[in-house]
Amino acid sequence: MEQFIHDLIGNDLLATIVWCVLPLVFILGYAIVAILAEMKSASWFQDRLGPMRTGPWGIFQPFADVLKLLMKEDIVPARADKILFNLAPVIVFVGAYAAFAVLPFASEYVGADLNLGLFYLIAVSSFGVLGIIMGGWASNNKYSLLGAMRSAAQIVSYEVPSATALLIVAMMVGSLNLQDIITAQSGGFWNWFILGGPKSDVVLASGAVIHADIGNFVFLPLLLATFVIYYLSALAETNRTPFDIPEGESELVGGYHTEYSGMKFGMFFMAEYANMFLVSAVAAVVFFGGWQSPWGITLGEALDIPVLTLLEGVFWTAAKGFFFVFVMMWLRWTLPRLRVDQLMYMCWKVLIPASFALALVVGFIVVIR
Amino acid sequence: MLTEFGKVLIFFLLGGVFVGVTLAVSRLVSPRRPSKEKMMTYECGEDPIGEPWVKFNIRFYVIALIFLLFDVELAFLFPWATVYADLGMFAYVAGALFILVLFLADCYLWAKGDLEWIRPEPEIPKLANLIEHSELITPPGSSPEKEHAPVAS
Amino acid sequence: MELTDIIFYIFALVTIGSAMIVVFSRNLVYSAFSLMFTFLGVAGLYVLLLADFLAVTQLMIYVGGILVLMIFGVMLTHRVVNVEISSGAMRVIPATIVVGVFLGTLLLVLTRTKWMVMEGSPDVIGTTSMIGTALVTDYLLPFEVSGVVLLVAIVAAAFMARKR
Repeated sequence: MEQFIHDLIGNDLLATIVWCVLPLVFILGYAIVAILAEMKSASWFQDRLGPMRTGPWGIFQPFADVLKLLMKEDIVPARADKILFNLAPVIVFVGAYAAFAVLPFASEYVGADLNLGLFYLIAVSSFGVLGIIMGGWASNNKYSLLGAMRSAAQIVSYEVPSATALLIVAMMVGSLNLQDIITAQSGGFWNWFILGGPKSDVVLASGAVIHADIGNFVFLPLLLATFVIYYLSALAETNRTPFDIPEGESELVGGYHTEYSGMKFGMFFMAEYANMFLVSAVAAVVFFGGWQSPWGITLGEALDIPVLTLLEGVFWTAAKGFFFVFVMMWLRWTLPRLRVDQLMYMCWKVLIPASFALALVVGFIVVIR
Repeated sequence: MLTEFGKVLIFFLLGGVFVGVTLAVSRLVSPRRPSKEKMMTYECGEDPIGEPWVKFNIRFYVIALIFLLFDVELAFLFPWATVYADLGMFAYVAGALFILVLFLADCYLWAKGDLEWIRPEPEIPKLANLIEHSELITPPGSSPEKEHAPVAS
Repeated sequence: MELTDIIFYIFALVTIGSAMIVVFSRNLVYSAFSLMFTFLGVAGLYVLLLADFLAVTQLMIYVGGILVLMIFGVMLTHRVVNVEISSGAMRVIPATIVVGVFLGTLLLVLTRTKWMVMEGSPDVIGTTSMIGTALVTDYLLPFEVSGVVLLVAIVAAAFMARKR
């Protein structure tokens, strides 16, 4: 596919830029759907109708919202630090978008096929923290600063269990390349890591072989627990309910973006939605086979139509990602907010010890088998 | 490898360009009528009191410090994770010891109570308290029987 | 000049430029945030040296860890507003001596080292697994000792925070 874009455009640099814009196009489309989904799911959970006026069943509501944000006056408080106030949304969004560089959307499409993609993903996710602190400090507002500090403490705390959970899967694959991790799960849903990983030998693109047999079902409970740890940490890292103490509106108004208005607020919003999809898609890639279809074969390969294979890959990535985004919205209306001490208890006394123990056990079983 | 990292660089730049363009468009189409009240720091509609700089809980710093050290250890474990299966039991034990030391650190922090966040002490209303401060709770002129039992928190 | 050369100079410029802001800015918060660009520039230079693992580690530990820690440290300083969070120049003479000695050492190393110049850009597939192998074979003792050192650091950090 990369070759196709190069041939289409001619100029190498321009083709590469087009290649790298594709996830941005996806995010924009996804954001529109996700905004509507958030409003509609919220209202259905509460037995309401939700937006109904803009278009049939209110499907044009997200467009109206985006347009409204775009045309709102951008207010910069007089006491704010102008430079950092304007820089913060940029940093937050750049951090979110940079992580998309290594996310495989299809067998043919991954922005940058880094060999240490998984490690890069963890490193980049800490980038947004700085933007959040920057915005919170520059606003010169009590709620913003307090929200930013809470948010930063929460994100860095939960990065340890989420990184350890990803480490466990890397230990099973022996590679940090996300495409390798997906290849290791090829052949059908019973080979996904959520169900214990591959059940027969897999040859990776690098030529390395993962030896596996039906006995891999022993990993099922272990990797199921790993997935739960990852997903809970991911929820906390995106500041979603029940981990939304940094933005808890009943005590902190809007958290770190209290002072932001107009499109600058919109950028924080976009970054949050992009991050939601990112962690969901990573959960899909690492535990649910990424762009693989649940039955292991694709229509495109069967009919020998490369374009169809590509579209199927994107479809499965998006479908799995959307599902976990939906679960996040679902949890929002199901669980009450945690207290700060419960938050810290959850991270340092439950998730981290559990993830270390899992890493030790999984590693041991991998070695003795 | 360099070409792949070049793409990562483009991703970084594109993120910035996208935000820049969007904010520029927004600036073109949005009104600009600043006023003193509008530019005031938000504090629930009142004039802001004092500075936003409150002295933060030292726990924030401790959490960041502990996270940093765990982060360093994770950075060691990722390269180990890619090779230990091929190198066998010895390599596993080497990494396992490392993880155990990490585990020990968490246990130490737990045992010493460094992971406890200060919990709000619930103020349980006692009859003696209520009687003592009854002049504070009951507004003058209203009879105490009409009020619900006030909670002192 | 090739594209990689241009990118190298841009990264070098970003690194040095933001490092200058770190040193000369009077506002401590500005210094901390511009340190982020210094770290990013250095990460870019690591990539150009084909040290991919080191570059990402730089991003993870320096940008995501140390910088957050520093900013938290700044935030913890109380009474910052009235005193104006600033960093002035003081103890000029001892500082000049230390910096001079350090600069001399660096220059010495720079001129004495036999730099290996590689032709073109070698096709390296990544350094992660090599580092992993080295950690559990040749550098096993440093690997385990660093684990213990980090444990000591955690204990010490927690102890000092408790004393306040």
